[in-house]
Amino acid sequence: MATLEIKDLHVSVVTDEAPKEILKGVDLTIKAGETHAIMGPNGSGKSTLSYAVAGHPKYTVTSGSVTLDGEDVLEMSVDERARAGLFLAMQYPVEVPGVSMSNFLRTAATAVRGEAPNLRHWVKEVKGAMSELDIDPTFAERSVNEGFSGGEKKRHEILQLGLLQPKIAILDETDSGLDVDALRVVSEGVNRYKASGEVGVMLITHYTRILKYISPDFVHVFANGRIVESGGPELADVLENEGYVKYTGSAEAAKV
Amino acid sequence: MAVSTEAQHGLSDHSHGAGAAIPVSSRADHFASFDVDAFEVPGGREEIWRFTPMKRLANLHDGAPATGSASVEVKAAEGVAVETVQRGDARLGVAGTPSDRIAAQAWSSFTDGTLLTVGKNAEITDPTLVTVTGAGVGQVAYGHLQIRTELFSKAVVVIDHRGSGAYADNVEFVVGDGSHLTVISVQDWADDAVHVSSHHASLGRDATFRHTAITLGGDVVRLTPTVTYTGKGGDAELNGLYFADHGQHLEHRTFIDHAVSNCRSNVVYKGALQGEGAHTVWIGDVLIRAAAEGTETYELNRNLVLTDGARADSVPNLEIETGEIVSAGHASATGRFDDEQLFYLQARGIPEDQARRLVVRGFFHEILLKITVPEVRERLEAAIEAELEAVGV
Repeated sequence: MATLEIKDLHVSVVTDEAPKEILKGVDLTIKAGETHAIMGPNGSGKSTLSYAVAGHPKYTVTSGSVTLDGEDVLEMSVDERARAGLFLAMQYPVEVPGVSMSNFLRTAATAVRGEAPNLRHWVKEVKGAMSELDIDPTFAERSVNEGFSGGEKKRHEILQLGLLQPKIAILDETDSGLDVDALRVVSEGVNRYKASGEVGVMLITHYTRILKYISPDFVHVFANGRIVESGGPELADVLENEGYVKYTGSAEAAKV
Repeated sequence: MAVSTEAQHGLSDHSHGAGAAIPVSSRADHFASFDVDAFEVPGGREEIWRFTPMKRLANLHDGAPATGSASVEVKAAEGVAVETVQRGDARLGVAGTPSDRIAAQAWSSFTDGTLLTVGKNAEITDPTLVTVTGAGVGQVAYGHLQIRTELFSKAVVVIDHRGSGAYADNVEFVVGDGSHLTVISVQDWADDAVHVSSHHASLGRDATFRHTAITLGGDVVRLTPTVTYTGKGGDAELNGLYFADHGQHLEHRTFIDHAVSNCRSNVVYKGALQGEGAHTVWIGDVLIRAAAEGTETYELNRNLVLTDGARADSVPNLEIETGEIVSAGHASATGRFDDEQLFYLQARGIPEDQARRLVVRGFFHEILLKITVPEVRERLEAAIEAELEAVGV
């Protein structure tokens, strides 16, 4: 059973001036079969949490620990973390000109699975996964994310999630910028992924809208670099009605 | 008229650094002559030589006599006529006049030239392969090659440079009315080689010219492709790919001379550099003369600096003497690896070295895609992989 354990995590970002502390002691444990929604106002550090766990070089962990099934994640390189079973669906997926989506997916699957997938099965697998997400097959020959719309990029993040089958998936505002149809398609993709009950999901979002499609087991309110309140799904309803004002002192809607 | 200005005039990602990019005089005033003595021996401070390491030119610029000859082997596709010709041949020298001393020296010094002719209406899909092998270590050789495509013909020619020694030459492309010539010039020299080459393309009415320069090997390579138009509707694309290692100097100087109306040109050069002292230079001159109304032109240079100690110079120059054009623009950017791209690939489990290779391969992809001869493309892909292996990128 996969477990991601984040303990007292402090993270700074290097700016032009001095390093700035963004995460100020995050504690969170995500077990297989659980979906944790992390909700909070803009600038609270939600995305930093996702990037720090994935190992983005811009962020420095100053103290605390992150382990996956007891293994020290912070000691691992970015690609080692991914091969260990962590996945980050990014808010702003990066364009890689000249590298076709199909080449990229196959290279990633080979790395994560430890061997090249059987070509015939692989082609079928990718085709099936693309059609489930309403992705036109021609995207396979396009450069990674290049010229994709916001919605197309998010669908491809979830496509990768489905193909790479990580133990723990972190979805960083996957819902932002999606229309209702795209949100439904993307959410269904996430639900298919978690259907096995053997994976854990950290769902980072600003809005409660996506929680109508993906039901969380736990809801955490993130403010000023840490989790300030945790509860069950009912906490999302409270946020929907009251916003984040209680946590930030300023009015910011948590609903769509 | 629309002048597109992605990345120009101080708006963006290249700078006309050190006042260098603004020509002291119009490109139209550049001197050209077949007479080597009409040129002064360059010292290296001249605008057209200032990036070139003169000391490493084996005195090609200072009258070095030929001590040997390069071997030129032609595997002609059926329908391509091959002749050996001498300087007095009236067909030679029509595509352009030498515009620097080494080009004039090569014109004055070659003994046997090679001439390929594709006859009227002949459409030849098989590539013709011209292999030029240097005269050997410490030797100096001069050469001349001309490729003519007559009315409505079509051909593909690969010019493959290899071996050792110093070699200067002029290569002429006489692209006849309505004809279509694709050229791939590969500079895959041995480590000691010095190659200074002027390519002169003259495009007839409605002629199409596709030129791809691939420069990988050699100590110093300086390639100057020039395009002129003699009739309306000419369409030229110059593509380039170069990969400079430790100590290599690879210089490409493209010049598109739009003197005729309704012609088109597009220049895309991409380079990667790695290792101490690796130096690349790209100078992209485009001149739209007053008569060249309806011109459409764009030029782009991108450089990927893979390690410390390498230097890429990139200077686009666009001179426009008429406002009645379709579009004109240029872009130039030199940078290091994009960390975000690496992060993204690594976050999908791809190890760093493999991720870097994917990014470089992707960077060159658009140029390699234009190489329609599969054997050549595969060989170049392998050569680029080998370059990357060498530095452990």
